[in-house]
Amino acid sequence: MSTPTSIPEERLLPAAGGSDPRPLAAPTTSVNPIQRDHATTIFEKGAPGRRSFVAPDSGVPEVALDEILPAKLRRATPARLPEVTESELVRHYVRLSRRNFDLDTGFYPLGSCTMKHNPRLHERVTALPGHARLHPLQSPERSQGALALMHGLERQLAEVSGLPHVCLQPSAGSHGELAGVLLARAYHEARGETRTKVLTPDTAHGTNPATVTMAGLEVVKVATNPDGGVDLDDLRAKADDQVALIMLTNPNTLGIFDPNIEEIASIVHGVGGVLYYDGANLNAIMGITRPGDMGFDIVHFNLHKSFTQPHGGGGPGSGPIAVSDRISPYLPLPVIRREPLASANGNAPATEGFEGFRYSLVEHADAVPEGAPGSKSIGKLRGFQGNYGCFVRSYTYITSLGAEGLRDASEIAVLNANYLLAKLQELGVREHLPLAFGTRCMHEFVLSGGPMKRELGVKTLDLAKRLLDHGFHPPTVYFPLLVDEALLVEPVETEAKETLDAFAEAIAEILREAVEDPTIAQNAPYSTPVRRLDEAKAAKQPVIRQPLG
Amino acid sequence: MTRYTTATDADREAMLSAVGVSSIRDLLAEQIPAALLRDDPLDLPAGRSEQEVYTHLRELSAANVSAEDEVTFLGAGMYDHYVPSIIDMLLGRSEFLTPYTPYQPEVSQGGLQVMFEYQTAISELTALPVSNASVYEGPSAVAAAAYLGKLANGRTRIVVSAGAHPHTIATLQTYAKGYGSELVVVPLRDGATDPQEWAAAIDDRTSVAIVQQPNFVGAVEDVAALTDAAKQAGGDKLVTVGAYDPICLGVLAPPGEVGIDVAVGEGQTLGNRLDFGGPSFGFFAAREAFLRRMPGRIAGETTDVDGRRGFVLTLQTREQHIRREKATSNICTSQALNALAGVVYLGWLGKDGLPELAELLVQRTHYARRKLAAIDGVELLHEQPVVREFALRLPGIDVPALVDFVQDRGYHPGLALGRIYGEPYADGLLVALTEQRTKQQIDRLAELIGEAIGAQRTATAQTTGAVA
Ligand SMILES: Cc1ncc(COP(=O)(O)O)c(C=O)c1O
Repeated sequence: MSTPTSIPEERLLPAAGGSDPRPLAAPTTSVNPIQRDHATTIFEKGAPGRRSFVAPDSGVPEVALDEILPAKLRRATPARLPEVTESELVRHYVRLSRRNFDLDTGFYPLGSCTMKHNPRLHERVTALPGHARLHPLQSPERSQGALALMHGLERQLAEVSGLPHVCLQPSAGSHGELAGVLLARAYHEARGETRTKVLTPDTAHGTNPATVTMAGLEVVKVATNPDGGVDLDDLRAKADDQVALIMLTNPNTLGIFDPNIEEIASIVHGVGGVLYYDGANLNAIMGITRPGDMGFDIVHFNLHKSFTQPHGGGGPGSGPIAVSDRISPYLPLPVIRREPLASANGNAPATEGFEGFRYSLVEHADAVPEGAPGSKSIGKLRGFQGNYGCFVRSYTYITSLGAEGLRDASEIAVLNANYLLAKLQELGVREHLPLAFGTRCMHEFVLSGGPMKRELGVKTLDLAKRLLDHGFHPPTVYFPLLVDEALLVEPVETEAKETLDAFAEAIAEILREAVEDPTIAQNAPYSTPVRRLDEAKAAKQPVIRQPLG
Repeated sequence: MTRYTTATDADREAMLSAVGVSSIRDLLAEQIPAALLRDDPLDLPAGRSEQEVYTHLRELSAANVSAEDEVTFLGAGMYDHYVPSIIDMLLGRSEFLTPYTPYQPEVSQGGLQVMFEYQTAISELTALPVSNASVYEGPSAVAAAAYLGKLANGRTRIVVSAGAHPHTIATLQTYAKGYGSELVVVPLRDGATDPQEWAAAIDDRTSVAIVQQPNFVGAVEDVAALTDAAKQAGGDKLVTVGAYDPICLGVLAPPGEVGIDVAVGEGQTLGNRLDFGGPSFGFFAAREAFLRRMPGRIAGETTDVDGRRGFVLTLQTREQHIRREKATSNICTSQALNALAGVVYLGWLGKDGLPELAELLVQRTHYARRKLAAIDGVELLHEQPVVREFALRLPGIDVPALVDFVQDRGYHPGLALGRIYGEPYADGLLVALTEQRTKQQIDRLAELIGEAIGAQRTATAQTTGAVA
């Protein structure tokens, strides 16, 4: 065991735990020795001549390469890839995996990210060869199951959002935002208007303003009122005929449902602007209320959040969009068309559609009737039809849960968040970690570590690092930006009450400990594979690849 | 019906009382205006049990003809390579599958080191010093590279070869309209980028010049000549972009050695499934000068307080969560798990295996190209060198009908080029190989294409005969 001697043993806590109600004060040194491996990359392992892959015989008459691929087009020296056996590969990556914290092991209340349970049925059905080995350019006649699934998911998402037309193509939330801003632009331009401004509240996620710039428009910030909603006076002052759209999420990134949403919609619509809904927080409202009913014209969904995709260490995700009638002509291509089998004409289909319908993909705007979705398309945002593997998972999820299950998920997400908040307050954390805005929350809430920092010298970052020693993934920290020392907590509906209790106890315990000795948190974590890392050094002299001899 | 929520009735009671409300509905009604709070359920079917949903998803799967069901020569951007079993096993591990972006590096060393290794592998493959940790996929990676070019030199003209994937050109068009650049497409001549038109299209307002290698009709471009010409016409500030099939880099000159500044591409071929088009990943590598303008996450090496080697996300001042409207890109969630498949696959192939695989493709593709071009009624669409994909022309043949005929017999002969390209390749067929396609299968494909042509000719002769 390579535990550094400088760490007092009682500061070490089990590295895994989450819902495990072990007494947290129990001294232990159970740091997993694998976790304390000295990091060596796959490029530092193996030996010349080792390999995993064996090429099959070509089976065809060999021709000298020079005759068919001139030397000047060829590579002179091979890429210095690893030389390792399969056993070495497996051991290397399995050991590496043990240096990760993951949702299956413990509580992961990362605000704005909706780290809900990933049902394993989803992995099983996605791996069925008819889905996993289906080529994206297979003819529509021979991909009826895939198109039926995509059409089905479109209908499900339309119903959840209250907006009738869906495009599944964008690869993640921010890609959906880009689609949405370009759609709003196209909508205005088609009416002969060049509008340049995009209103974004100061609580907005960074992808919102970044997207605006990429789409060639200009960000205008809107202030937040003392209740955590949009400041209506500031909005009125900034809403003019140059406004192309406003980007909002509701509940917003403070976890607060803006009660003035209808007023906001009427102000923005009043100046001819479009309302864009950032769907990252949709997990709060599924079946409870709908963006379309609030007045939004465009919504993106983060399938990897509300509709549960394994987050993969940072993707893949998927960011479909839903839009109102007036925006729909501009939707990206292709669009999926569905016709009853009986009236489907043209060549006899090689397969008989799916459950009475025949599906096709419309690739060109001129093949779409005037005014219908895609008839004045903004074009394509990526190759093929989108992250289909993610569609399979989310379609499976919605089909499993149904209307009542979706509402139940959102209701429990809201209940869990409010319960955790109440529990924290019962344990007396309010003095050091007050709720930043309001008294209630939707599916997440924001605490401010400002008082903790001022009075105890413990920053939100320190608290987060100390939580790691308690076996919890910390909440999102330092976002949203307008809250001093922000801690954004999203407990999600798939976590049990005991887990929330244990997490609340851990926060209370860390605060108690900090009153006695703030240096413990300031120097945390102790039990993790590595301890606090020097980020400044990494940025100053970037080493972003393994040097090879 | 399925539920993944945990709260029992007793839990609900206890939790509501701790919150101080009598029902969840009250909790919601306190926050959501009455006019917006729904009482009616959504119009969706009732939920179902796990086994019922499984059966339904299996039926949907069975209504598709996948690469498991036919011998496929279909490529055009995604390819039916063998995915080694260790990839399923490693990607299925909870520790890789279920965390998110490594915001807390102390408990994310596994994911961060994977990124670092991935960046190393991509850097080696491309012979370019810097790589990010992945972007979404191929075509949008090209659009991101063009955006980098615009940020770097402020110019607003994008020149792209018609040899780029049609989806790439369409994606560029959409993005370019957003960031205010104009797009110029340079035609092909004899299957490769027309060098005269290329040089003529590029001037000192040109921001980026983009070429795909191999190009969409399978031809290996003389990238060195194209980048030379581009820099001459556009000056040093012009950014050259290459969109590569990474498998072909086992045998083709790497972009860093042929004048490419930014190399991007579709990563599906590196250990990722077809998945009807995604998720896969895009790779993004560049010369050192562009490091601080790169999009996406980058992992960097550092040390912890005890001096231990470790990894963190670095150079984050490029990114949206710090820089907001001044960020170099809006990307946040990317394709980390797919990039993991990529680096494991490259490790599995290894230093010798990648060139062996690429050369195997060159040999079998050469054989297939000769074999199919020898069929009566089939010509080569171009004579340029190829690696794994080639284009044919079948004058007077209804190519989509031919594809259908062959598919009815269990083989997919490739893409009817007219379907995606339209003119000028309406009678074109694009045929792709992977290591999964054997000589026997190539021979059988040749027979089937011959039969299909014969059948069409007979049918035409009969109709003409009937009319006469
Ligand atoms: C509020 C909010 N908006 C937008 C995004 C961007 O979504 P994605 O990461 O899928 O691009 C996120 C999350 O990452 C978010 O939390």
